[in-house]
Amino acid sequence: MTERFISKIFICFLCLSFNVYSSVNEEAILSDNYPSKLSEYGFFSNQAKQIPEAEILPYSLITPLFSDYADKNRFVYVPQGQTAEYQNNEVFKFPIGSVLIKTFSYKKINSNDSQRTLIETRLLLNKKSGWDAVTYVWNKDQDEAYLSIAGKTVLTEYFDDSDTPINIRYRVPNKNQCKECHLKNDTLVPIGPKPRNLNRIVHYSDGPMNQLLKWEAMNLTAKNHEEITSVADFTNANESLDKRARAYLDINCGHCHSKTGSANTTGLYLNLNETNKKSIGIFKPPVAAGRATGTFKYSIVPGHPDQSILLYRMISGEPDIMMPESGRAIAHQEGIDLIREWITAME
Amino acid sequence: MRIIFTIFLFISFDAQSDVFIIPPSDNAQERIQEALILAQPGDEIHLISGVYKIEDGLSLDVDNILFSGEGHDKTILDFTDQMTGAQGLLVTSNEVMLKDFAIINTKGDGIKTIGSEGIYFINLRTEWTGGPDSSNGAYGLYPVQSKNVLIDGCIAIGASDAGIYVGQSENIIVRNSRAEFNVAGIEIENSYYADVYNNIAQHNTGGILVFDLPDLPQQGGHHVRVFSNQILNNDTDNFAPEGNIVGEVPRGTGIIIMANSNVEIFDNDISGNETMNIAIVSYSYEEAIDATDYYPHPRAIQIHDNRLSNSGSNPDMDKEIAAIVKGLAKQTMPDIFWDGVLPFTQMVFGQPNEDRLVLMDNVNSSFMAIKPIQYMLSIPNPVTRDSIDFRGNINPLDAVKIDLPSRYND
Repeated sequence: MTERFISKIFICFLCLSFNVYSSVNEEAILSDNYPSKLSEYGFFSNQAKQIPEAEILPYSLITPLFSDYADKNRFVYVPQGQTAEYQNNEVFKFPIGSVLIKTFSYKKINSNDSQRTLIETRLLLNKKSGWDAVTYVWNKDQDEAYLSIAGKTVLTEYFDDSDTPINIRYRVPNKNQCKECHLKNDTLVPIGPKPRNLNRIVHYSDGPMNQLLKWEAMNLTAKNHEEITSVADFTNANESLDKRARAYLDINCGHCHSKTGSANTTGLYLNLNETNKKSIGIFKPPVAAGRATGTFKYSIVPGHPDQSILLYRMISGEPDIMMPESGRAIAHQEGIDLIREWITAME
Repeated sequence: MRIIFTIFLFISFDAQSDVFIIPPSDNAQERIQEALILAQPGDEIHLISGVYKIEDGLSLDVDNILFSGEGHDKTILDFTDQMTGAQGLLVTSNEVMLKDFAIINTKGDGIKTIGSEGIYFINLRTEWTGGPDSSNGAYGLYPVQSKNVLIDGCIAIGASDAGIYVGQSENIIVRNSRAEFNVAGIEIENSYYADVYNNIAQHNTGGILVFDLPDLPQQGGHHVRVFSNQILNNDTDNFAPEGNIVGEVPRGTGIIIMANSNVEIFDNDISGNETMNIAIVSYSYEEAIDATDYYPHPRAIQIHDNRLSNSGSNPDMDKEIAAIVKGLAKQTMPDIFWDGVLPFTQMVFGQPNEDRLVLMDNVNSSFMAIKPIQYMLSIPNPVTRDSIDFRGNINPLDAVKIDLPSRYND
């Protein structure tokens, strides 16, 4: 009797110490059944303000995917005592139990950055069976986000630089749509956290530091022995036009438009590693584009952005013409300007 | 009872499989998409009769699902107000049967499947109800990079590219289907082992196309049999948006074979096609020149025992190929035309025997082939109209076999 009692206390003590050690609900991460509320994962000390627990680190990408001008708060969680490994400058090989967290939000007009409308928080959970994607949609009161399987339409507003409101029919993706972009060789994988897209200094609460060094210092990653060449920041005019354009196309298109992505049926490959000019689109005729050709003959006609299907599809808002196919309701003017400049400069 | 029926019913037959029954309702779209995600392998998702208004593309990524309606004229998924999605329904999983429903007026393609092994389209309809229009979606039924593809008893109307389009796929049967008022009725492209039979292809721009294009993950299309079809009265002006390869198809072409090998065309009724009944051509665009591992010329094409008549009553002179043939044919357009284009050495020394075009027992048919060297040298009358040189033994291609999973067999 006493023995059992003592062992019970011991187990409780273990539980307590475990809780102190990590507030993240590892069971929820690995479970086949998704918790119905985001808070059940225990990622945030203040979820509404998006303040993460100590073992969860915010990160940012040098050139991110455009998502209807939504701002994105990204966080990475790697289980204590384990590390993600470098893989030739491709996405880190994260250990099982790792999570990538991304919250989409819009700023409110004339407000400082702390006042935002949170839309959804997407999770990539590295389970024993592989990566799994799921999203949670924020409620009206903005105090909780709830599981969404089938996707959702959220009517919201984005305020541009001059505080002009732009209506957005924001689509929260369903599980299948997550896969459309995240599949590589039929396996779901993260897209963003490649060393080449993280390799820059950001401001942490304890001061500025290179993200890769920070990840290493926090023991999120194993020691790096690779040479990391960074992708260009597509907004940085000091970088070459070609590097900026290719970086932009890589992160916005290259996950599907690669030999291993779901758009490989087209023979158009826009990932950074592609070097064949025709595969990148130069004088490449469309295959199954339908009216998305815009009556043009080639994906890219050097010197002629307005005869290039690639740019035409970036500009369009029609569901069967626009690229990317999902994840945007409005056009990305800065991206369009960049690709126009890039094609114009081509010989 | 009625009220219960308007919510989501979940009927359990046994521990292994469930049937999701969904009626039309204001939130049917969400119900359908949720079922398409939550279903487990072996389940059925059943839409009862009625019109379902859908605004966003649907998708299925669960294996071994039967997705059914109550008839292509009864269960109708109406995408007229579609806001997102490049197609109506996307399937990316295996052993899926789609049966007895219609998908109409999608902004892009009707039903697309990518990388499916075992995809069965049964008694479906895809249609753009406003008739031929270049703003219609490109493809009706569109399996690509798929294997074991069965299209049976389907109807495809109004696609601005192809009503039934099978691309970069393998082991394919298209049968008992009807394709009309599309640019291409039925198109088999960059695919291996296809049987196309007992279909009706009528009032399209082109009836049945067997194409191979360069610079794609799968190319070198081969082993395609087209037999016992009715390929009649194809006479719709080409309404493909410019920039697409099918935009080159002349109005009223019964069958076009472009750059495939081992194609057997037999026992078809081919008649009333306004430009011509059958054309066999090379992929003669500049893209072919620097394409890797791509052979732009048709090889080992056998055309026999077809019933051909009334070819080319009104050739589409806006299309280059039709204008050339008309110019060379003088009065009578041929039933069967071959452009004669070959690698240069073969033009001079002849084709390997096994690569030859073979024509046998096409009753009362007329023929014309261009002699390309004479044509290029502008020698008068650079054609042959005698099919006797093209006689030979028929080597029948093997039939395609698809074994349906037992649950789909009844």
